Amino acid sequence: MGPPVINVRNLWFSFAGQPVLKDVTFEVNEGEFLALIGPNGGGKTTLLKLLLGLLTADRGHIRVFGQSPRKVVHRIGYVPQDIHINQNFPISVMDIVLMGRLISSRSRRRHSKDDKLSAEKAMEELGVWEHRDRQIGDLSGGERQRVFIARALVIDPEMLMLDEPTASVDTKGQGEIFEHLKQVNKKVTVVLVSHDLMMISSYIKSVACVNQFIHYHPEAEITEEMVEICQCNVDLIAHGLPHRVLRKH
Amino acid sequence: MIDVLEFEFMRNALLAGLLVSVICGIIGTLVVVNRLVLLSGGIAHAAFGGIGLSFFLGLPVMAVTLCFSFVVALILAGVTLKAKHRSDTIVGVLWAVGMALGVIFLDLTPGYNVDLMSYLFGSILMVTQLDLLVMVVVGTMVLFITGYYYQDLLAMSYDEEFARLRNVPVKPLYFLLVCMIALSVVVIIRVVGLILIIALLTIPPYIAEKYARSLRMMMVFSVLLSCLFASSGLLLSYFLNVTSGAAIIMVAAAGFFISLLLDRLVTRRTSMSSVSTSN
Repeated sequence: MGPPVINVRNLWFSFAGQPVLKDVTFEVNEGEFLALIGPNGGGKTTLLKLLLGLLTADRGHIRVFGQSPRKVVHRIGYVPQDIHINQNFPISVMDIVLMGRLISSRSRRRHSKDDKLSAEKAMEELGVWEHRDRQIGDLSGGERQRVFIARALVIDPEMLMLDEPTASVDTKGQGEIFEHLKQVNKKVTVVLVSHDLMMISSYIKSVACVNQFIHYHPEAEITEEMVEICQCNVDLIAHGLPHRVLRKH
Repeated sequence: MIDVLEFEFMRNALLAGLLVSVICGIIGTLVVVNRLVLLSGGIAHAAFGGIGLSFFLGLPVMAVTLCFSFVVALILAGVTLKAKHRSDTIVGVLWAVGMALGVIFLDLTPGYNVDLMSYLFGSILMVTQLDLLVMVVVGTMVLFITGYYYQDLLAMSYDEEFARLRNVPVKPLYFLLVCMIALSVVVIIRVVGLILIIALLTIPPYIAEKYARSLRMMMVFSVLLSCLFASSGLLLSYFLNVTSGAAIIMVAAAGFFISLLLDRLVTRRTSMSSVSTSN
């Protein structure tokens, strides 16, 4: 196994005087499919944004591909939570996916033929090429997420980070998205934030509980210690299978 | 109808209306999709401080107001970036402070007899050649800047966080946008006055957004709608002998309600047809 693609040591972050992350230390290896789980407000999204360089840590050390996050943004694909996005915005699926290429376009004014070919390839992969001329607001939740994943993949990233990619997607659509992510993971390290353990359990390779502290587990199962630290067993208990849902796989 | 255009002031007014429509359509679209309506209102009203200051100092109104608006715009841009959750309050405060300053400056100006109404509600019929020239220059700048940074503005407007990750210079771009808003506001004051600016900035893009399939198309539709509202409002004000700025806004408002009504009818028809197909 190669060197870790993510290396975080003694990371502290606070927001408006309130600690969000305390002394977080963990590593992610190349080719992993890591799920960050934990209670709402536990710091999952914050941790993801720190890894992307969208936020700056108070203290500690973050290295992605051995460098500070801001220097490697061109090697990372990002799928944000889609609740912040204006649904009525007049934009076609094609234009959204092309947005992903802004970083590598030689000219920022117009998209080159290369940009369009990469966009086509990513959209074919995610099965949204047929929707290219539709307005994003007319798509279903699942289709929309696949468009955002295509936008993230259009630069051929080495790592893909997703924030709650299935929050507004029906069960069938969620399955499709995870099947796509499984394919993507053959070449690309995947880190995703999720709260739905039932769905992710059969796809992920490792899991980390984030609740101010982090508890990282290199296998796709939740230990009792994690449940204790994270109180992230809400879904599990609700399904009547405390602590064991992931262990079965 | 054509004989209206025999008067030079009407020709100038119509030209001013069309030029301002180009500016309004483009900037208004960016204002609406970036949710900067309140901020634009703040800049427009605070600009009154600049108007007061120019009379107090005895300097050209347009130039002083422009400088004053730029300062207000930069403060507002900085504050709204830093403290997003409190930005509406701060916009509200600067909005009122700007207007109060304007009134005090005018109080302190000896023997002033300014027609305040023309700044509050516009005076398109008194547009001069110089005003038209300024409008052409500002319109060209707005067109050029928006065209040049179109892809970046699109990315920032759609998804600011993602844009930052694609190395779009979101912060400088935001300041640039707010400055363009200030520039536009000062020019539009001439036509509809600072109180009515918000309507002209928001109504055309609001209607255009529903039919446009891209941001560019939304800008074009907004410009065309603005032209329609400005020219028909102007004609209406001439024939009914009412204030032109107010007439333009009332026409725009009529357009707004008609579009709402059309929406209602369309959704009712589609829901009825879906009911009949499901039966």
